[in-house]
Amino acid sequence: MTCTEFLAQLDEMLDQDAAIPLRADLEEHLRCCEHCEITLSTTRTTIQIYRSHEIYELPEDLRERLHKAILAKCRKS
Amino acid sequence: MAAYEKLVKQYDRQVFRIANHIVQNREDAEDVVQDAFLKAYQKLNQFQGNSKFYTWLVRIAVNESLMRLRKRRTGKMVSIDEDVETDEGSMPRDLADWSPDPEALYGQSEMADILRRTIQGLPPGFRVVFALRDVEGLSTEETAETLGLSIPAVKSRLLRARLQLRERLSRYFKRDAKPAQAQDGAK
Ligand SMILES: [Zn+2]
Repeated sequence: MTCTEFLAQLDEMLDQDAAIPLRADLEEHLRCCEHCEITLSTTRTTIQIYRSHEIYELPEDLRERLHKAILAKCRKS
Repeated sequence: MAAYEKLVKQYDRQVFRIANHIVQNREDAEDVVQDAFLKAYQKLNQFQGNSKFYTWLVRIAVNESLMRLRKRRTGKMVSIDEDVETDEGSMPRDLADWSPDPEALYGQSEMADILRRTIQGLPPGFRVVFALRDVEGLSTEETAETLGLSIPAVKSRLLRARLQLRERLSRYFKRDAKPAQAQDGAK
């Protein structure tokens, strides 16, 4: 298996539960390819970090302001 | 109206987040939230009970966001197909391994800055797929349906978005990316 073939299955590899026909081959590739091993682990971390940080937080005061504006517009429409 | 207010409260944060991911500008994101909920309200009778209200709302919000982005860059076409034909991210280059715990390298607000700056560098068509699939947790099928893309198109964009983000984050997170004396916790 080449690194390109491995990368094509990265999405499935990130989903631990996915049934992948070639899982054994992919895992075999991981064992002997540091490049793909690092790519997999750091991509997994990338997703986790984006998921666990609220980078576009909606503050409560703005939230209330938006609610009022939305409901006023809906009533008028 | 009370029932609709409940829906607004239930989904406003998600819509605000998705809008920000696309427009990358807070005022525009606020406008998107208002316009998307107003549009959804006006079209409520067109809503087919067979799709989820949330994904239907997300579709409206994505379209509103793209429209805002277009307005801001006057004259420049913006679609979710824009700039996606790039070779960057097809094969990772910077393969230094990361620190075992990148979270420990930066304070909360510094980390949020890094994450915002990093995703900002991606084309809108990648940002939106990453936001829906990885941040909001929509399935590949839902993402495809919401964006009007094929499943293979979503998969290929998602792969490249993830790899580009990974590559760009490497300079912050790789081992020895940050000298120990910088971790003084002063922030
Ligand atoms: Zn490999």
